[in-house]
Amino acid sequence: MPDPVITPALTKQHGLTPEEFDRIRGILGREPNYTELGIFSVMWSEHCSYKNSRPLLKTFPTKSPKILVGAGEENAGIIDIGDGLAIAFKIESHNHPSAVEPFQGAATGVGGIIRDIFTMGARPVCAVNSLRFGPITAREGAPAAPATAAVAKNRRLFTGVVAGIAHYGNCFGIPTIAGEVYFDESYEGNPLVNAFCLGVLRHEQIARGAAKGIGNPVFYVGPATGRDGLAGAAFASQDLTEESAEQQRGAVQVGDPFMEKLVMEACLELLATGAVAGIQDMGAAGLTCSTCETAARAGTGIEIDLAKVPQRAPNMTPYEIMLSESQERMLIIVHQGREAEVKRIFDKWDLPWAEIGTVTDTERMVVKNHGVVVAEIVARKLADEAPVYQREATEPAYLQAVRAFTLAGVADTQDPAGNLNTLLAWPTIASKNWVYRQYDHMVRDGSVVCPGSDAAVIRIKADSLPTEADQATPRPDKYLALKVDCNAVYVYLDPYEGAKTVVAEVARNLACAGAVPLGSTDNLNYGNPHNPEIFWQLRESIRGLAEACRAFNAPVTGGNVSLYNQNPGGPIDPTPTVAMVGLVEKPEHITTQWFKDEGDAILLLGEPVDRTDPLLGLGGSAYLQRVHGLKTGTPPRCNLETEANLHLALIALIHSGVVKSAHDCSDGGLAVALAESCISRPIARETPGLIGADIDLTAFADVRQDALLFGETQGRVVISVAPLQAAKVLAQAKTLGVPAYRLGTVGGSALQIKTTQGSVTSETRSLHDSWWNAIARAMSAD
Amino acid sequence: MNFAVLQFPASNCDQDAVHVLRNVLGHSARLLWHKETSLGGADAVIVPGGFSYGDYLRTGAIARFSPVMQAVQAFAANGGPVLGICNGFQILCEAGLLPGALIRNRSLQFRCEHVFLKTLTPDSAFTNQVPDGKLLRVPIAHGEGCYFADAETIATLKAQNRILWQYVDAAGQPTDAANPNGSLENIAGVCNERRNVAGLMPHPERAAEDLLGSSDGRLIFASLVHAITTKSLAQAA
Repeated sequence: MPDPVITPALTKQHGLTPEEFDRIRGILGREPNYTELGIFSVMWSEHCSYKNSRPLLKTFPTKSPKILVGAGEENAGIIDIGDGLAIAFKIESHNHPSAVEPFQGAATGVGGIIRDIFTMGARPVCAVNSLRFGPITAREGAPAAPATAAVAKNRRLFTGVVAGIAHYGNCFGIPTIAGEVYFDESYEGNPLVNAFCLGVLRHEQIARGAAKGIGNPVFYVGPATGRDGLAGAAFASQDLTEESAEQQRGAVQVGDPFMEKLVMEACLELLATGAVAGIQDMGAAGLTCSTCETAARAGTGIEIDLAKVPQRAPNMTPYEIMLSESQERMLIIVHQGREAEVKRIFDKWDLPWAEIGTVTDTERMVVKNHGVVVAEIVARKLADEAPVYQREATEPAYLQAVRAFTLAGVADTQDPAGNLNTLLAWPTIASKNWVYRQYDHMVRDGSVVCPGSDAAVIRIKADSLPTEADQATPRPDKYLALKVDCNAVYVYLDPYEGAKTVVAEVARNLACAGAVPLGSTDNLNYGNPHNPEIFWQLRESIRGLAEACRAFNAPVTGGNVSLYNQNPGGPIDPTPTVAMVGLVEKPEHITTQWFKDEGDAILLLGEPVDRTDPLLGLGGSAYLQRVHGLKTGTPPRCNLETEANLHLALIALIHSGVVKSAHDCSDGGLAVALAESCISRPIARETPGLIGADIDLTAFADVRQDALLFGETQGRVVISVAPLQAAKVLAQAKTLGVPAYRLGTVGGSALQIKTTQGSVTSETRSLHDSWWNAIARAMSAD
Repeated sequence: MNFAVLQFPASNCDQDAVHVLRNVLGHSARLLWHKETSLGGADAVIVPGGFSYGDYLRTGAIARFSPVMQAVQAFAANGGPVLGICNGFQILCEAGLLPGALIRNRSLQFRCEHVFLKTLTPDSAFTNQVPDGKLLRVPIAHGEGCYFADAETIATLKAQNRILWQYVDAAGQPTDAANPNGSLENIAGVCNERRNVAGLMPHPERAAEDLLGSSDGRLIFASLVHAITTKSLAQAA
């Protein structure tokens, strides 16, 4: 079949503007052919080129003495963790594929990020994910059953995504150790699936995605190329509509975690031989991206013949082979003369491999098919010279109403106990055990703190390293804390301040686990950047993220931008998901969120309410959303200096050995944080570790009850300490410049909170049931 | 003590078993690639968890044809101790070394959580060191862990005291709520008639260090070591 004629309509169908098409002609010095048009369209998609966000991304802090490979250099950043060890980590989205085909979309999202990590030479040791869906429960006041079509679809997407992540991660053998799940109308029809992976390696094991060494052979390893995932990167870079979703079902890849596990083991084994000159996975834009990027990085050229590429389907065209996103494939450049080692190792693992080309000195990516040139492009121009746009930005109109909102029309609560129960049962706040019990979160024998506390903690030990030979040299175990978070409602209501709060909350979660930040990776999920209001959200929130990452010494080592997250109902809330990794110095510093022993003193670090905030922390709060149906109000401010000081003080207290539990106040405020501290200790199936608490807040008589209990003032952590230590800790906190208050005592079978306006008394068993079973109940409803 | 830990394509708890045996318990342990035909003088064999062959066809169904399994069959027939954990249990059932089968969890979902296990008899190479009445707190992580066998087999297992572990609640009762996967009789693990081959779905190698929340799993490995050192295993006839 002859290639289609290049027409303006075909160009547009490939997501390229007339100006971009002219630029392509300029680069080639001639008209592109069909294969070349396809190649440019995927490489210049937002997913691969960051053409709409690149200038903004440059404002992130990306350097620290610990960073060994920085943002944008390679497939993932790498950070030194001491003793010759390093970690590689990154987050990436798979939103559009998951909207169309949730199970495979999410599964291949996990597979893709795992490949990014072992491509760096690291052994992947844990996974984390951040998920967002439309509501899975009926609106307040609406009948629970039958579920509306929208709610039923949200449940179907949620079910499929979680099962897909479980399928891939569990089979691959990586613990999915932390995550977050939010439910909000703005994600209806456009769920967000952001997958994170972290790997471990020795400094000298860092592998590069560069096609070095003129004359070196280029190998293709892994399963054969099929027509699945054709142009997935381009699909991810356009608005999602019912129609596009249906048409693009073929753009969703199909994953095989078994194959990925074998490919990973074989690649790590091969890397250890020293035979590899460069390696890159075939992820977004498949063979196209891996060939031109490796050549561009090395300043070389690359020549391949598609006839040598293993193919799963008959009669595949060069266009299809170059744009396929079939999974679990790698491109490996091998030092000349060491080809036999590739054969030996890949044969051992029963994996397909093929020598498909060579590294050249032409700086060109030359693609042949049976010896006939079908594409020829200067690699650097394709990989690095995508157009860059400064889009127009306008402050969104809705912000006027947000800023005008006051509490004048909101009566203080008459039913705090009922509100607490409502919030704990709200799927966004409720326990996510329905999700993480489907993930193997303990494989690899390193999960010290499992999902369900503020941050997960993983142990890095000898067998976390790439090969068995690495185990011969003993190295001290390391402890890493991980967390991913984003309160997108805050970002929607105030992109700059909200984004600062996102970073502050992640860092606070790490501090609660006893960790000091090493670095972060972010996934910027937004609507269509051609809309000036969306671009303004993007620009302002990046400003907030950058500032906050500096404040917490958590430089950004890489990440992903996912734009065009729209459905017919409108754009998603701006969702800059931030994943952060921190180091816990000693195992005895590892701290969990749940109360431990009867009689322990409960203290609050930080001010109970920000009295300078006219909304007293209720703007954008879960309480206003769930109890009053209001998603508005200026969200709580985050003072980065105060916040950073709080984290340092908390770490100092943890190091002094007095902190028995630490839990940050976030969604749902102080009352939810206290309740979770009472009910979140896991013991075993059907056996929660419950312990009550007696809380007295009458000292804060000047504050509205709803703001005191459910306000989301930033910079607060609830800790518990042995009773005899309480006075000392309060004094220590003050010395460290952090306000601290004694709130009460751990013990009994109920959570009792006394305020001047009334009191809450709830049995921990009933609070636990509301919180623990809420999602399971929603998912089994009707 | 010399342990061989089998390694199939996509075994993924193999390194965990080696870690516990070698670094926590101080024994010699090595990975044995599935294409090997000899166990290399091992005192005991661990068939670890994972997704051998990607669970294609049926869990454990392909792995049982691996060359190493012939050596394991001979080793077991000679009285050598073999412990299958999770996917290893599934493989031993497929290989006919243990009765019954592991089918899809009744929830139709993967389950990863801690459970309590009651040890029904100290009389095996895998339970002799478990104190009477002691409940073991050990994690499970499986999608196909529902133990199933025909009524006759279950009756035989009971009569011969071959149900080694049951899922129970915190009070030690084998309740329905304590059953994470729908296993008949809350069965978590069984042994063969000769009591030298056992399998269980829970992961004792993930419960061998206090740092990870439980060391109860050590009792199972300690039992195995005790059986070997005291040569209490029945020798081949």
